[in-house]
Amino acid sequence: MADVTLRKVVKRYDEVEAVRGIDLDIADHEFVVLVGPSGCGKSTTLRMIAGLEDITDGDIMIGGDVVNDVPPKDRDIAMVFQNYALYPHMTVAENMSFGLRLKRYPKAEIKTRVDEAARMLDIVELVDRKPKQLSGGQRQRVAMGRAIVRNPKVFLFDEPLSNLDAKLRVQMRIEIKKVHQKVRTTTVYVTHDQVEAMTLADRVVVMNNGRIEQIGTPNELYHNPATRFVAGFIGSPAMNFMSCRLEEIGGKMHIRLTDRIVFPLPPARAERYKTVSRTDKLQLGLRPEHITEASPHAEPGVENFDAVLDVIEPMGMETMIYFIIDGAEICGRVNPNADARAGAPMRLAIDLNNMHLLNEATGAVI
Amino acid sequence: MTSTAVIDKAAPTRAVKLRSMSRDRTWALRWSYFFLTLFAIFALIPPLYMLITSLKTSAEISAATNPWWVYHPTLSNYVELLTSNQFLTFFRNSALVSIFVVTITMLISVPAAFALARMRFWGSATLATGVFLTYLIPETLLFLPLFKMFVVFGELTGIQLINKWYVLLIVYPTLTVPFCTWIMIGYFASIPKELDEAAIIDGATWFQTLTRIFIPVALPGLIAATIFAFTVSWAQFLYPLVFTTSTEQLVLPVGIITTLIKGDVFAWGQIMTGALLGAAPPLIIYAFLMDYYIAGLTAGATKG
Repeated sequence: MADVTLRKVVKRYDEVEAVRGIDLDIADHEFVVLVGPSGCGKSTTLRMIAGLEDITDGDIMIGGDVVNDVPPKDRDIAMVFQNYALYPHMTVAENMSFGLRLKRYPKAEIKTRVDEAARMLDIVELVDRKPKQLSGGQRQRVAMGRAIVRNPKVFLFDEPLSNLDAKLRVQMRIEIKKVHQKVRTTTVYVTHDQVEAMTLADRVVVMNNGRIEQIGTPNELYHNPATRFVAGFIGSPAMNFMSCRLEEIGGKMHIRLTDRIVFPLPPARAERYKTVSRTDKLQLGLRPEHITEASPHAEPGVENFDAVLDVIEPMGMETMIYFIIDGAEICGRVNPNADARAGAPMRLAIDLNNMHLLNEATGAVI
Repeated sequence: MTSTAVIDKAAPTRAVKLRSMSRDRTWALRWSYFFLTLFAIFALIPPLYMLITSLKTSAEISAATNPWWVYHPTLSNYVELLTSNQFLTFFRNSALVSIFVVTITMLISVPAAFALARMRFWGSATLATGVFLTYLIPETLLFLPLFKMFVVFGELTGIQLINKWYVLLIVYPTLTVPFCTWIMIGYFASIPKELDEAAIIDGATWFQTLTRIFIPVALPGLIAATIFAFTVSWAQFLYPLVFTTSTEQLVLPVGIITTLIKGDVFAWGQIMTGALLGAAPPLIIYAFLMDYYIAGLTAGATKG
């Protein structure tokens, strides 16, 4: 087991810079998820850690040793691929033991390790089958088993659940988490699915356009996003963004959304934003759960307003509502009993204690 | 038909379309059976004629009777050939040449294809195309320069390769290696990239990846390539005719022609028998491995 460190790592394909100098410290035993839209460089980063791609510049260290020029087989890593990449002509047991057999481990030792991994992954009765006789979920388990038996320093997962259907994905997600809790191997996991990232990770690394946007625990990213990209990427449904201005009305700081909609800022927020230029183009970021039905006893910082609902989506335990403010579609979450109806006006409340103020030009959260 | 009738009630326009489609299909099937039968007859008449002729005596062959009927069947042609040392030598030469050529071809083309399909190096794509282009050069253009090369080689080194059956082991691979390499490139290219990456991470060297992963996975393609190499070397006529002349060095196709045609006397019965016996090994191999052959060739065709 080991920590993994990336220092100013760059990957350039001819003219295209896929990874633009990233720094990342992954502690021993840690489960780190790289997440971002396709083409953000997350898979390339993983493949550079694996040694399947050369790095153009910078350093990669595993367990303190620089491994820039170390071939994959000597990096002591194991990788799980999106399409499983099981050897089709070998049985499950042979698939799992392939690496050990190449390293000429004693037969008894191989058998012990394969049995142990098979038990952990609940595939004991499948060990004599060939991959084509297995379902997608079972194949993914075998692929994980192949990684576990090697007992490597680092596990690398490249979108391992993307080929599975939604239900199985949730199940395998839990399975992966359980395995990590048991073996505690340092893990780097790549996905484009922010739910997977949030649920699995000790820390999430949000990547965009070859750079790291933010590193943090799932809760940090959710509650304190550093940029508009992170704010919009993490959370489902996504955060709402509305153009706004700060204004001084009667000596108190207000936030103006439209000519008709203006709210006073809670004192803590007013203090935080007092240096922001009044002429800057700003955006108000608000998560759907902070736009709810108005309650008779408004708490401080919660302001009421009226909106005509466009669309409603009853989800059972909550109802999603959609309406338009100044051309932008806004999503809110109301109680299913709040009598939300499409096309009808509704009194809503926004919780400004949980607002985010963003600079529209730079995308930075203020 | 019942389903068509049901749909007919519900949606008449759609039913018309369905019926016309099924009628199209029926006609397509009829035509394909017609042509298949035609081509089957076309292809099977020569071997049938060979079989009929091989069962006749020379006297009966030259007699003015119905050539499609055997009046006095005899196995004398078979007995004579199979007990003649000469014929058995031809057969042995052919078998040796084919087995060695297949082995040599596979030993060269499989690693070559693996390198060209997977190890990206400078010029690998051009080289892969080049391999295919060499296959397109007609062999009839090459036998004279090749012959000259061996003559010069003999003069320079004193090693005489012309008129030895084993010279064919050097000559045939110039035909088989490019094609087999090309088939195998196509087959290897269809194996997902992650499979060799998984093997590499598991600690396999390039050579182990080839032998433990690629060859077993691409076995159908490998068998197709093997059959091709065997067929080419077994049936080759022009090169052995040019490169070998002594009776004890001849392979089957050339041997039959040169020894069973004496001047203007054709031993038709024995020629036909020899040809039939010569066709037997490829026929048996095809019969057993046909499915692999088709799977291998089509995979190579679409991915190559």
